Amino acid sequence: MKRGTAGTLESNDAMIMVKESDGLKITITSIVYDFFHEQIENVIRETLKEEGLTNVEVICNDKGALDYTIKARLLTAISRMEEEK
Amino acid sequence: MPGNNPAMLQNSDIFEADAVIYDLEDAVAVTQKDSARILISQFLKSSKKPFPMEIVVRINGLDTDYYMDDLNMVVSDKIDTIMLPKARVETLIELDKILSRIEEEKHLTKKIGVIPIIELAISVLEINQIVTLPRVNGVLLGAEDLSSDLEVARTKKGDEILHPRMCIAVACAAYKIDSIDTPFTDTNDDIGLKEDCRFVSSIGFTSKAAIHPNQVPTINEIFVPSRKNIEWALRVEAAAKLADEKGLGVFSLDGKMVDKPVMDRANKILKKARNYNLI
Repeated sequence: MKRGTAGTLESNDAMIMVKESDGLKITITSIVYDFFHEQIENVIRETLKEEGLTNVEVICNDKGALDYTIKARLLTAISRMEEEK
Repeated sequence: MPGNNPAMLQNSDIFEADAVIYDLEDAVAVTQKDSARILISQFLKSSKKPFPMEIVVRINGLDTDYYMDDLNMVVSDKIDTIMLPKARVETLIELDKILSRIEEEKHLTKKIGVIPIIELAISVLEINQIVTLPRVNGVLLGAEDLSSDLEVARTKKGDEILHPRMCIAVACAAYKIDSIDTPFTDTNDDIGLKEDCRFVSSIGFTSKAAIHPNQVPTINEIFVPSRKNIEWALRVEAAAKLADEKGLGVFSLDGKMVDKPVMDRANKILKKARNYNLI
């Protein structure tokens, strides 16, 4: 099963892992979960939609990343997953 | 600014620097080049308002496997300038071609500038040609790699880079482009930084790169425009306004032709002077 990971666990960053799956599954842990988990999930869903991905599992460990960082790390993880042989 | 560090990227507009260099080269591990490209690209895309400083991206050299992906990912209307490591005449000509292609493909509304880094002995010999090449709007001296190429020790006093500094200052002054001195690498030595800034300013450098945000105020203190330059720029501005009313694109002041590059230089001086409340 192909997978890709990107990002770090440093402050203002996020570590995101994406792997092939039978359907769409998103798991988020965040230091600001109570306030921002919906926003983080929206960024992830929008990015997957833009990339045309429906059958993937995304695990996001957020350390206070802004939207652009979440999107960048997810795009990198997707790219790495797709490059995996 | 290391290109793969979101905490630094998103605070990069608060340091009162004239330009910020987002780095894809030495500050990014080989395994993270892809990640840094995408992060910088998304960071710039996410900004809704214009940045208060020039946006520069240092790409990987044209002798690496990374530069084409760097350029394809980061070149957009959101950036002003590409900084090229280990630049030479032939690599700058190649870069110009690549940028022209990308600008056309992406329908950019502006022409991206280029700042070559002079960090090879052969590049010092080529400097008089480098400053004449398309897009080159400034030159940065990279003393650490240059010292390595010269096989000499890098010192704080900098005798080993005196000749390259002189060559760059004169060549840039001749073509009215920015000469940017090498960073002062001891971030705890503010007195040494000040002395270094004063020296390079005295030989004609227009600016200096900072390796840490805490160096920016000292660099700004030394490189703010002189009263003489501010007065000249104000006169250019007034003459340009008059010429514009007469429908003239080019005019003369004190017997010298004033065209767009000269007006750009005057505008830069005035912008800097106004930023520092000097006028």
